[in-house]
Amino acid sequence: MMNNAPDTPAPSPPPPDHPAVHAADLTVVRGPRQVLRGLDFDVPRGRITGLLGPSGCGKSTLMRSIVGTQAKVTGTLDVLGLPAGHAALRSRIGYVTQAPSVYDDLSVRQNLDYFAAILDPGRAAADRRRENVEHAISDVDLTSHADALAGNLSGGQRSRVSLAAALLGAPELLVLDEPTVGLDPVLRRDLWQLFHTIAADRGATLLVSSHVMDEAERCHRLLLMREGVILADGTPDALRARTGTDTVEAAFLHLVDEAIASAAGNDPRKESVR
Amino acid sequence: MNTTTAAPPSGPTTPPEPRAINLARTTATATRVLRQLRHDPRTIALMILIPCLMLLLLRYVFDGSPRTFDSIGASLLGIFPLITMFLVTSIATLRERTSGTLERLLAMPLGKGDLIAGYALAFGAVAVVQSVLATGLAVWALGLDVTGSAWLLLLVALLDALLGTALGLFVSAFASSEFQAVQFMPAVIFPQLLLCGLFTPRSDMHPVLEGISNVLPMSYAVDGMNEVLKHTDVTAAFVRDALIVAACALLVLALGAATLRRRTA
Repeated sequence: MMNNAPDTPAPSPPPPDHPAVHAADLTVVRGPRQVLRGLDFDVPRGRITGLLGPSGCGKSTLMRSIVGTQAKVTGTLDVLGLPAGHAALRSRIGYVTQAPSVYDDLSVRQNLDYFAAILDPGRAAADRRRENVEHAISDVDLTSHADALAGNLSGGQRSRVSLAAALLGAPELLVLDEPTVGLDPVLRRDLWQLFHTIAADRGATLLVSSHVMDEAERCHRLLLMREGVILADGTPDALRARTGTDTVEAAFLHLVDEAIASAAGNDPRKESVR
Repeated sequence: MNTTTAAPPSGPTTPPEPRAINLARTTATATRVLRQLRHDPRTIALMILIPCLMLLLLRYVFDGSPRTFDSIGASLLGIFPLITMFLVTSIATLRERTSGTLERLLAMPLGKGDLIAGYALAFGAVAVVQSVLATGLAVWALGLDVTGSAWLLLLVALLDALLGTALGLFVSAFASSEFQAVQFMPAVIFPQLLLCGLFTPRSDMHPVLEGISNVLPMSYAVDGMNEVLKHTDVTAAFVRDALIVAACALLVLALGAATLRRRTA
C-alpha cells in the first residue's frame, strides 16, 4: 500500500508515535531554588518508566509538573501530545500523590464514588461508575474493606485507596509518586503485577517514582535523578551494562560518583589521582 | 482522495470543558461533603443544637425585658448561621488543602466553581435545617415577637449562611493550620459582631466606627432582621439589605475561587 502512494495527505503522525511525555530544557523554580535544572527526556508510551533517585532530588516536583499542578515550570513539557496542564489532559491522567490524598471521613467506596462522579458525571453514567469503582477496589485488593472509613485503615491500605482513585476512568497515563512505600513485600509484588497488567492490557503508560532501587528492576525503562538533573536514561540492562555493574543500585552509585568527580574538577584525570 | 471526511486527525479527543458550573459535579461534591458530615454526628449535633440553646439562654437572660429579647434574638438568628458556616467551611476547606485532596481534585476535570458551589450547596442545606429549628423555636416556643413573616427571617438567615461559607472559604487560603483558621474567627467575625448594631444602634457609634460598620456585611444582615421584626410587609430597606448580603457573599465566593490555584509552588 505504501508503494504507489503519492503525496497524499498521509494520516499525519499517529499519536502513538509521540512519547507519552516529552521534556526539553525543563526547569522548575521553587522559592530561591532551582529544583529541576534543564531536563531533557522522553517517557515512551505503553511502558513502565521508573523515576528513581534519593529523597529531595526533585521526583515529586517533576511528577507535579507533568500532572500540571506545579507552578513556575519553564521549558517544553508535552504530555500525551498536549502541553502539560492542558484542561483536556485532566481526565486522561491518573495521579497518586506521595501522601494518600483521600477523605478520611468517608468509606473507601464513598471516596471512589465521589472521584468517579468527577471523572464521569451524570446520572446516565451511574451504572458504569459503579462498575468502575468495584473494579478499582478489587484491583488494589480492598474488597473486604470497601465500607471501612479510610481514616480507620492502615497507612498501606490508605495509599491503596489513593491508588484506586487514580485507576478510575482507565487513564492513558498514570503518574504514581512512591506508590509502594510502606507496603509489605507481598503487596508490593502484587501491585507491580497490577502495574504490568495495566501497561500490557490497557496500553497505559506508567511513570512510577521510588527511592528504593530494587524496584527499578521491575521497570521497562529508568530515569535516574539526582539533585534536579537526570543522571541516566535507559533500560535497567543498558544501565548495568554501561556502568559495568550488577545491580541498578550499583549503577546509580557509580553514576553519582562520576557526577561528583566531574563536578569537583573539570579535569577527570586529575581527579582520579585523589 | 480516499480520505473520508475532514474529521479531526486521530489526535486526542478533546472533551469540551464547560466553563460554567457543571451541575452533576456540583451535586456530587455537595453529596460528598454531606456524607463526610454524616460520619461526624457530633459536629452535626453541635451545629444544630447550639443556636437553639443560645436562644433559650437568651430568652431567660432577658426574662424581665422581652423587647430586648426580640431585638437581640432576631439579630442572633442572622448571626448564628454566619458564624457556624464560617467555622465549618474554613476548617473543611483547609483540610481539603492540607490533605492533598484539593490537589487531586484540581488535577481532575473538576471546575473551581463546581467545588465552591458544591460546598455552598451542602452547607446551605445544613444552614436551612439549623435556621428552621432556631427560627421555629424562637418564634413559636420562646415568643419572639416578629411583626413580619418568619419566612423572611429564614431568608436572611440563609443569605447569612452563604456569606459565612464564602468568608470561611476565602479565609482558609490564608491559614496554614487549623489553629490559624480558628483564630480567623475573632479576626473576621468579632469586629463585625461589635459593629453590626447588636449591642448598640449603629447611629449611636463614633462616626468613624459607624462608617466602618457601613461597609461590613453583617451590619446589613442585622438591619435586615430588624426590618422584618418591625414591619409587616417587605420594605425597600429589607430588599436592599438582603441584596447587599447576597452580593457580598457572591463577591467573597468569587475571591475564594481565585484562591484555588491549580498550579501551586
